[in-house]
Amino acid sequence: MSARIGIVVFPGSNRDADAMHAVTVAGGQPVALWHETADLQGVAGVILPGGFAYGDYLRAGVIARFSPVMRSVAEFAREGGLVLGICNGFQVLAEAGLVPGALLRNRSLRFVCRQVEITAERLDTPFTRAVPDHHPLRMPVAHGEGCYYADDPTLQLLEAAGQVLFRYARADGSPAWSEGDPANPNGSLRGIAGVLNAAGNVAGLMPHPETAVEALLGSDDGLLIIRSLVESVAERSATPRVLVGSA
Amino acid sequence: MTAIGEPPVLGHPERAADAGANAAASGSVDLPLHRQLGLTDDELDGIRQRLDRDPNDLELAMFSVMWSEHCSYKSSRPLLRTLPTAGEGVVAGPGENAGVISIGDGLAVAFKIESHNHPSAVEPYQGAATGVGGILRDIFAMGARPIAVLDALRFGDPADLRTRHLVGGVVRGVGGYGNCVGVPTIGGELVFDPTYQGNPLVNVMAIGLLDERLLTRAAAPGPGNLAVLFGSTTGRDGIGGASVLASATFATQDPSKRPSVQIGDPFAEKLLIEASLELIGRGLVEGLQDLGAGGVTCATSETADRAGTGMRVDLDAIPRREPGMEPFEVMISESQERMLAIVRPERFEAVREICERWGLPVAVIGRVTDDGHLTVVSGDRELARVPAAALTSDAIVHERLAAPPARRRPAPAPGLPATTADALPERGMDPGAVLLALVGSANLSSRAWVCEQYDSNVGANTVVAPGSGAPVLRIKGTTKALVASVDANQGVAALDPGLGAAMSVAEAARNVSITGARPLGVTNCLNFGDPTRPEAFWQLSEAVRGLGDACRALGLPVTGGNVSLYNESPGRAIAPTPEIGVVGLLDDVARLVGPAFRAAGDVVVLVGQAGPGLAGSAYASLAGVALEDGPPSFDLDVEAALQRFIHEAIGRGLVASAQDVSAGGLAVALAECTIWGGLGARLRVPVANSPAVELFGESPSRLLLSARPRHAPALMLLARQFGLPVEEVGLVGGERVVVELTGSGATGAAEERGSRVADALDVPLTGLLHAWKHGLARALGEEPSELPLGQEA
Repeated sequence: MSARIGIVVFPGSNRDADAMHAVTVAGGQPVALWHETADLQGVAGVILPGGFAYGDYLRAGVIARFSPVMRSVAEFAREGGLVLGICNGFQVLAEAGLVPGALLRNRSLRFVCRQVEITAERLDTPFTRAVPDHHPLRMPVAHGEGCYYADDPTLQLLEAAGQVLFRYARADGSPAWSEGDPANPNGSLRGIAGVLNAAGNVAGLMPHPETAVEALLGSDDGLLIIRSLVESVAERSATPRVLVGSA
Repeated sequence: MTAIGEPPVLGHPERAADAGANAAASGSVDLPLHRQLGLTDDELDGIRQRLDRDPNDLELAMFSVMWSEHCSYKSSRPLLRTLPTAGEGVVAGPGENAGVISIGDGLAVAFKIESHNHPSAVEPYQGAATGVGGILRDIFAMGARPIAVLDALRFGDPADLRTRHLVGGVVRGVGGYGNCVGVPTIGGELVFDPTYQGNPLVNVMAIGLLDERLLTRAAAPGPGNLAVLFGSTTGRDGIGGASVLASATFATQDPSKRPSVQIGDPFAEKLLIEASLELIGRGLVEGLQDLGAGGVTCATSETADRAGTGMRVDLDAIPRREPGMEPFEVMISESQERMLAIVRPERFEAVREICERWGLPVAVIGRVTDDGHLTVVSGDRELARVPAAALTSDAIVHERLAAPPARRRPAPAPGLPATTADALPERGMDPGAVLLALVGSANLSSRAWVCEQYDSNVGANTVVAPGSGAPVLRIKGTTKALVASVDANQGVAALDPGLGAAMSVAEAARNVSITGARPLGVTNCLNFGDPTRPEAFWQLSEAVRGLGDACRALGLPVTGGNVSLYNESPGRAIAPTPEIGVVGLLDDVARLVGPAFRAAGDVVVLVGQAGPGLAGSAYASLAGVALEDGPPSFDLDVEAALQRFIHEAIGRGLVASAQDVSAGGLAVALAECTIWGGLGARLRVPVANSPAVELFGESPSRLLLSARPRHAPALMLLARQFGLPVEEVGLVGGERVVVELTGSGATGAAEERGSRVADALDVPLTGLLHAWKHGLARALGEEPSELPLGQEA
């Protein structure tokens, strides 16, 4: 049975097609989930794609969290289902409280689109299992509100619990810890590019692995993340209803 | 947002100047209504002739927008008719919303460029944003999914605070709209020149991809069919004509403080794209037209006229954003993100279902008729009834007077010495220092400061992002790719508009050709001054002639475009700026060739020959230029041979990298090849003219190629077979960029000075990279965001 992965389509999602394309390239089966429908159609994993859900005029992700589909996604996540939020999807997850922290405006106060390097801090999660060790991943960022923020105690907790999943890195793979590091595109605290929830089944990141799945477009490193998700989802589909303990 | 140093231009700003002298007295209620609306007495007579009676006030307002330069092309139409429009694969040309050219596999590409100059001068963010929105609607109205935007931006002095305000606002506006709507901005131009100080240019090109079977026309066939308006509601934003608002006849309230620049909503546009493409994909519409300038009046009259039908519009059925709108406001409002679909009655329910699913208001606002008239009714009252053709295809045409300027050559800029054409050795300049200055200049340095504010990869098709050569988009499901370029050359066009236009066509096509792609067609945005001035109209007619000549020589059809006139600020017009967009097709994206040097040891080959003429060049604006000097000469036959040659050479796999020589000359072209490739080079170049001409001259029809050593002989032989001058000039490699000048032209000058300094350009690659990388941010007064990458030697 192939891995059926739902891609939520909000009005204003604009990387939904890219996510579907990437899931297909990774060998999975994408299923579009319309925002007004609460039915997740039995998918075993969910991607919240990039874009500007509902226009994001108030604050990125703030309206999307109240949509019918998000109530189902939250329920799915509570039951241990795998959820990956990319860019705007990460913002929606953070607004919904499904992952810790918040995404603030970039410190430059400008939209930033460029290729960055990130490193996976953990390789034992459903989102990074296919990533080789010591392997910086090259992929684009494209956002105006991607500066990761959490208060100090939370940050310490996240580090201690292994919930920091991705960090921006320099070309040599060393982490771009500092907010002012040129390799940190938005001024994120501790160079955090992506995080996990405490249970390890919900992840969000600002960079776009789904736009880096073919060498022709500059990098296929993102495929390692998408393939991790597809493989994890396929395993869970094969063994029905295995809930996540710890990843 | 009007505190920018000049009074706001009210009304549709592209058009406000149409009123010319008549509008100068705007606000005076003593003027007859037609003059307040910007129509001349002659034009009023023209309207009377077409109606056989006096128009009423609503009709007059409708004519005033439709007979504006922007909608009617009343000055430029006779010129534009001379352009070649036929070509291989052209399935839609000028007169449609966008040009469409077949690219095989059942697919076609739609593309067009348009200006939003005056709105952007008044309110840079919204002006630029709505410019993007408008051109995207032109693309998806044809049934094409927009896949890319390119923006060509021109401003005055980058050190000027108002310029910085405009640059920041326009760039945020382009990005704010394009990023949200999910169409990548993949390239364009950013140019600073004093000529644009009071009148910036914002030209936006969009490209779309469609299934040929879904090609949709902006026509209203079939009397009895419904006119369906969907998208945003209609409000008072973007009402045309400052004097309309001031008119006691029309205004019952006080709407005069309304911003006249339209407000963009990219979220609504995104929904509009999805809904429109779904309607087309399911075969539910007979015709589709976007609402831009002229609003409902324009969309209904143009679609009816194209189909030879008429339209009966029920004013009360048009969904409003606010109460109390006057009929004329509803009919000419330019509220954004609206589309008009022509729908068979039995299909309306399906149309409504799709629009409502996308959250878009939808209403039947009229019916197609067979009487050739646009009729506007409210209840049982008939408010207006005019022949649709009178508003569009039969609109007035002005035969303008053209006269060349008395003095063709401008005096040198104040403060700069009047030097001679080969200023370089005489002034003792180190060519390396000149190159560093050029590469770090506001115009030739890295555009990353701009490009990084644009989402350039949404859609997962971007093979080459902005920053190094022409952008490239693959076409999913095929081996093919599209390559695009937008170019203008105001420096040369200021001296010779025909030459400037022809060189711009050649450069845009060349930028496409050197990737290995075949240029498909041309779209153009003609930015000029007031056509009622004979000199400005001469510039326009010369440019159109040069544009046509170049397109014929290169075998390229012109598939559409836009004319922006009245680009003047008090006391001065801009340099004529014909902006040229070219789209090309690469059959196999795996064979794509870029401009960056690839490998140490590759042979560098120079194709083409430098000729004298530094006027209009980047070097001239840096070093000053002689009064007697002119622009370089240009031979279209040589250019055509050059482009055929490079296409063939890349097809045979003989080329490792290909760069053309344009702004900044050979030295800057070489610098870019080394910077982008991360590899130095050592060249020896014979001097036939002067060192300045060889290194920094901008004679067209030249290429800087690199090839594997085993391919170099075949490459050079091929160039000779095409009748092109060709020379092996050096090797790729090392950490420095070195050009030794050889031959009598070089040594003679050096010996006279008793120095050899000017005979060799020698700079470290790290120094070039540093200057290039930070030049734009520095010019705009911003600290470099990154530490220097290397120390200059």
